[in-house]
Amino acid sequence: MKKTLFISIRFTLLTAVLLGVAYPLAVTAFAHYAMPRQADGSLLSVDGHIAGSQLIGQQFTGDRYFHGRPSAAGNGYDATSSGGSNFAQSNAKLVARINHDAAEDAARTGKPAPIDLVTASASGLDPDITPAGALYQVNRVAEARHMDPQQLRSLVEAHITGRQFGFLGEPRVNVLELNLALDQSSR
Amino acid sequence: MTEKQSLWNPVILRQAVIGSFTKLDPRLMVKNPVMLVVEAGSLLTTALLVVDALHHRPGFRFDLQITLWLWFTVLFANFAEAIAEGRGKAQADTLRKAKGETMAYRYRPDGSFEAVSSAALRTGDVIKVEAGQFIAGDGEVVEGVASVDESAITGESAPVIREAGGDRSAVTGGTRVLSDWIKIRITSNPGETFLDRMIALVEGASRQKTPNEIALSILLSGLTIIFLLAVATLQPFAIYSHAPQTMFVLVSLLVCLIPTTIGGLLSAIGIAGMDRLVQYNVLAMSGRAVEAAGDVNTLLLDKTGTITLGNRQATEFFAAPGISTERLADAAQLASLSDETPEGRSIVVLAKEKYNLRGRDLTHMRAEFVAFTAQTRMSGVDLPGTSIRKGSADAIARYLEQQGSSMPRKVTDKVEEIARLGGTPLVVAENETALGVVYLKDIVKGGLSERLARLRAMGIRTIMITGDNPLTAAVIAREAGVDDFLAEAKPKDKMDLIKLEQSKGKLVAMTGDGTNDAPALAQADVGVAMNSGTQAAKEAGNMVDLDSNPTKLIEIVEIGKQLLMTRGALTTFSIANDVAKYFAIIPAMFAGVFPVLNALNVMHLATPHSAILSAVIFNALIIIALVPLALRGVRYEPKSAQALLRRNLLVYGVGGIIVPFLGIKLIDVVINSLHLV
Amino acid sequence: MTPNGWLQFLVFFAALLLLSRPLGIYIAHVIEGGKTFLDPVLRPIERLIYRISGIEAEEMNWREYAGAMLLFSFASLALTYLVERAQHFLPWNPQHLPGVAADLAWNTAASFTTNTNWQAYTPESTMSYFTQMVGLAYHNFLSAAVGIAVAIALVRGIIRKQSASIGNFWVDITRTTLYLLLPLCLLLAPVLIEQGVVQNLKPYTAVSTLDHGQQTLAQGPVASQEAIKMLGTNGGGFFNANSSHPFENPTPLTNFLEMLSIFLIPAALVFALGEMTGSPGHGRAVFASMAMLFIAGFLTIYWAESQPHPLLHHVDQHVSALQSGGNMEGKEVRFGISQSALFAAATTDASCGAVNSMHDSFTPLGGMVTLVNIMLGEIVFGGVGSGLYGILIYVVLSVFIAGLMVGRTPEYLGKKIESFDVKMAMLYVLIFPLIILVLTAISLLSPMGLGSLNNSGPHGLTEILYAFTSAAGNNGSAFAGLSANTHWYNYSLGFAMLIGRFLMMVPVLALAGNLAQKKSVPPSHGTFPVNTALFSLLLTGIILIVGALTFFPALSLGPVLEHLLLHAGHLF
Repeated sequence: MKKTLFISIRFTLLTAVLLGVAYPLAVTAFAHYAMPRQADGSLLSVDGHIAGSQLIGQQFTGDRYFHGRPSAAGNGYDATSSGGSNFAQSNAKLVARINHDAAEDAARTGKPAPIDLVTASASGLDPDITPAGALYQVNRVAEARHMDPQQLRSLVEAHITGRQFGFLGEPRVNVLELNLALDQSSR
Repeated sequence: MTEKQSLWNPVILRQAVIGSFTKLDPRLMVKNPVMLVVEAGSLLTTALLVVDALHHRPGFRFDLQITLWLWFTVLFANFAEAIAEGRGKAQADTLRKAKGETMAYRYRPDGSFEAVSSAALRTGDVIKVEAGQFIAGDGEVVEGVASVDESAITGESAPVIREAGGDRSAVTGGTRVLSDWIKIRITSNPGETFLDRMIALVEGASRQKTPNEIALSILLSGLTIIFLLAVATLQPFAIYSHAPQTMFVLVSLLVCLIPTTIGGLLSAIGIAGMDRLVQYNVLAMSGRAVEAAGDVNTLLLDKTGTITLGNRQATEFFAAPGISTERLADAAQLASLSDETPEGRSIVVLAKEKYNLRGRDLTHMRAEFVAFTAQTRMSGVDLPGTSIRKGSADAIARYLEQQGSSMPRKVTDKVEEIARLGGTPLVVAENETALGVVYLKDIVKGGLSERLARLRAMGIRTIMITGDNPLTAAVIAREAGVDDFLAEAKPKDKMDLIKLEQSKGKLVAMTGDGTNDAPALAQADVGVAMNSGTQAAKEAGNMVDLDSNPTKLIEIVEIGKQLLMTRGALTTFSIANDVAKYFAIIPAMFAGVFPVLNALNVMHLATPHSAILSAVIFNALIIIALVPLALRGVRYEPKSAQALLRRNLLVYGVGGIIVPFLGIKLIDVVINSLHLV
Repeated sequence: MTPNGWLQFLVFFAALLLLSRPLGIYIAHVIEGGKTFLDPVLRPIERLIYRISGIEAEEMNWREYAGAMLLFSFASLALTYLVERAQHFLPWNPQHLPGVAADLAWNTAASFTTNTNWQAYTPESTMSYFTQMVGLAYHNFLSAAVGIAVAIALVRGIIRKQSASIGNFWVDITRTTLYLLLPLCLLLAPVLIEQGVVQNLKPYTAVSTLDHGQQTLAQGPVASQEAIKMLGTNGGGFFNANSSHPFENPTPLTNFLEMLSIFLIPAALVFALGEMTGSPGHGRAVFASMAMLFIAGFLTIYWAESQPHPLLHHVDQHVSALQSGGNMEGKEVRFGISQSALFAAATTDASCGAVNSMHDSFTPLGGMVTLVNIMLGEIVFGGVGSGLYGILIYVVLSVFIAGLMVGRTPEYLGKKIESFDVKMAMLYVLIFPLIILVLTAISLLSPMGLGSLNNSGPHGLTEILYAFTSAAGNNGSAFAGLSANTHWYNYSLGFAMLIGRFLMMVPVLALAGNLAQKKSVPPSHGTFPVNTALFSLLLTGIILIVGALTFFPALSLGPVLEHLLLHAGHLF
């Protein structure tokens, strides 16, 4: 018993060093030299300052930008407090929120809103919207930026990322990248 | 004892009904945790019912009916056990009559007698029993020969011979000497005799739970606790959902879910299994032995008397060169007509069957029979001018030599060939001419190979034990269809074989009767002693076959298997039943508050009350409905385990899911048409 | 439900089949001390660990094995608790996070020691990098190794004949860690990084967003932890959003690999069972049972989540070339419905608990399946090790009932199943609902339980039920709307996790010890074979019946009622 306890303690400390320190440090060192861009968060720079991560969604308001999905992370797209709304399908607040947002969208566009635009993502940081969600916003953004909707539609279509290897996941549009391209093209 | 007890014999039935109530005693109920929970539930609802009645609460009619049916559930389970016991009790009473108190004539040390009561006899006493007297206790014949009527124990009316020395020396108290007299050394004290043990066994007084039964009880208790938890915690869930339930409904749900069907029938199954053995005239000393029988992997069978008839029979004629087979057959038949031995008779029969030679009137032919003697080792017949002899090759060769002739080479070869094949060659000579050889062969008992095939289908390997040489043994083994044989076996070899098999993890069964079988019988997992055998053999084995029929092991194995299968099948049935009960009770509990839950009311039961009551009634009635099955046991067919399981799963598993849906619906219709709720 | 969704499922299942069998054979080989190509590197490390720790690799009986397992778990639990409490004095804390509160630290230590990885906290604002690495990722390795060791000990009990011992605990966890977990992590982590999973020790990154806002990106040594989090079926996210967080699971490929990693070792262990017992057919039969339950669960979730919400207006919920439709609340666009459903099925079947979508926001029926998957006892592939020993308990019960039905004392691969074995199996089966139902019932009746609810009505009941089921099943996923960082939930859930782990492992080891000392009975024609389709069906049936009968009443008042009410137009 006493012997086993000593073994337990020594074994715990030893493996903690091996697996808790040596292993992650080795992987960190490898990542730092082999794939520094990804290891540090796939950051995007605009004019020399960090404009965000390619992988993390940002809050967009106003008509000039494509909007991401509603976010339940903090006050919206808070990357230190990721998470979903955790509303049940039977939660009256959820149904009211969706129906409210969808009614506004539908009133403006005359078409029903794509589901992803009115539902909060799991992480609250979803960088993507569906192609349907992007195309749904084309007219609004084009109007705000006084652009040709057709031209904007082509820009959106160029930003559709297909399924990985043709079958994994779903087609999607990265909102930050699209909006960056939008800013560049209208500059 | 061989007469079967009708399932619903009125005497037994009446006793069983009384027993159902006396068994309500919680001290007896503790042995059966599942039913104890039901009884506790019934007591609880009864108490609440009284409160209900005093306060004139609504719903009294429903609560009353629930309470009554809960009690019926307990009573039905008690009834099942009582009726199983009742059948044994009836048999015990018959045995007790045989026991009675008898007088015995005990030898004093000086050689004179004294008359004492059987109750005064102790181990080691020597008594004398004469024709017409009952034998006062179990013992061993030490002097004399007598015919004994053992029908009180075996049900077999033909008397049996008991004699000092050898393997037929054991006598049982309560049997009666019919002729002659015998001197018996008593081997058991009063209260410990075979008859006493037998009475205790059939009554189930000494019944202990068998290992598998204990394991199953643990499983059932575990399930009961799980359901107790599920139901007890359902109330908080219901309170959260603003749909609290009455205690009557919760107890109903609990009783329906816990495995009352198997719980109520479990002990009845065990008692009935022992009882079935008794009906086959086998006494098992413990339930453990019966269960072990179901598990037997290897069965040791003695050749002589078990696999083959005790005697050899003529199967073929081989004529010497230049002699027609008809002539040989004719001579052999003539020589055997007066031979009353089974071998002799078999020669007559064979000649008749093969060559249509009919028996002739020997006196008319002035024939003179020459009997077998130890000196000549031949028998035969002398007719005017001819003398025919038959005997072993050696004897006939000597006979021919005396006649100034000799055995032809071909005949000697045939003799050797037959011997090699395990047969007994019998040479026939007419005057100085050797006519040929009669092939006497061990005859495998009729129907035995089918029975052995049945064993193989059960997965049991049979091994034949014989003193014959390996060649002979192989021939018989092949013919009988045993899987293996042990040739030139000595008693110790048998013991070693058992130990070897057991070391491989196998369970071994054997039968035996002689004193030298006793160690092996004790070593074997299932040792069936023949009732005709010695006391030592009967003490060593864990079962006694009153009919002394060695192939009865097959029935014993089947009963052992049936016992387990019945428990397994009813457990499966009981658990499968719960699905339907959930679909009856859960929507009924909550549909009042949440009408949408009626979507789960797939049986379309009329009202919540009728749904719950129907489930409870079904749960109680199914126990009674399955009593015959529990007593009879589920059908056993020697099939592969896979096939058996498929069948039983289909019947008791799938059937167990479907039947209650139909049953509960039916009861619901009846309840509503009678306006019970 | 789309053709592409089906295709992804088929490719996933094919990959699982393809990889798990060889890995199973490797495990069977390596766990008994067999030589491998990794020996030149790992053998010296292994010896060093034994020497420094004072381990003599002698055989242990089940009591010694259980004793070592409990003492080690206690020591490692203490380590994590201390690290959490003292993290502000320890390095790698660039955000200067304070020490963790006592109840939360205890809950988290219990959670990671038991391979549950229930997270009552928001990691990015609670745990320093040092705590994540030494306190948490460390347990991801060793709690997994302990689970595998116990499973292997049980298998040894089955195959050994008249043996007093069931192996050496220290050797088993050391070899599992070094030869199995570590190499696989070193393979997986670089792929994850390449796809975008972060791996650094830098402070959080401040960003001025395009739309003139501020954003702080949480960072950390994520990939190294993510790899073992999935491979060890731990599931504790580096971030609050777990595997839905783009830094943990950035692409459909990483999602595919993470799902595969969840099932890889549990599935391989089933093949290792076949390999070690010399009955590959038995391994396949058990695999088939698990596969049936998994597929049924996945299809139900996939179908349920593809259904439109009945009460939404002006919303396009239909599947098209441009969107995956269905219920997207709490799901990520890159995964869509199919990869979210598959992940949810896998993570709850295995006691992983990582999530790439929020189970709380699933449709009532979809969410019910995730709950039922856990309620079945985490035996559909299950946690690493715990899945195997869990299903073996059900195998023992199935064999017992089947054995009776064919008229023999039940035997399993030559070992007779007797009352002690049934007792241990029933104890195992009993403890699980005991914790779940009793603690849920208490929570439902008390303000301290109800105060944490995010949703009311039947879904509130499900949230609490899910929490205790997840804890007792050592899953760790949550209906995350429940605010579980309270005294009541931290202590009661921690308690549930410890009981659900160790009080269930001890009967397993007792069973292993009891089986090991038995003789082995050779199979005969009368023995019920455990390598057939009939056996798979029976096993599946028994698992479903036991699970369903235990939890049907609770489920009928939770998700079933919620579904029916929702479709009748009721909201809460």
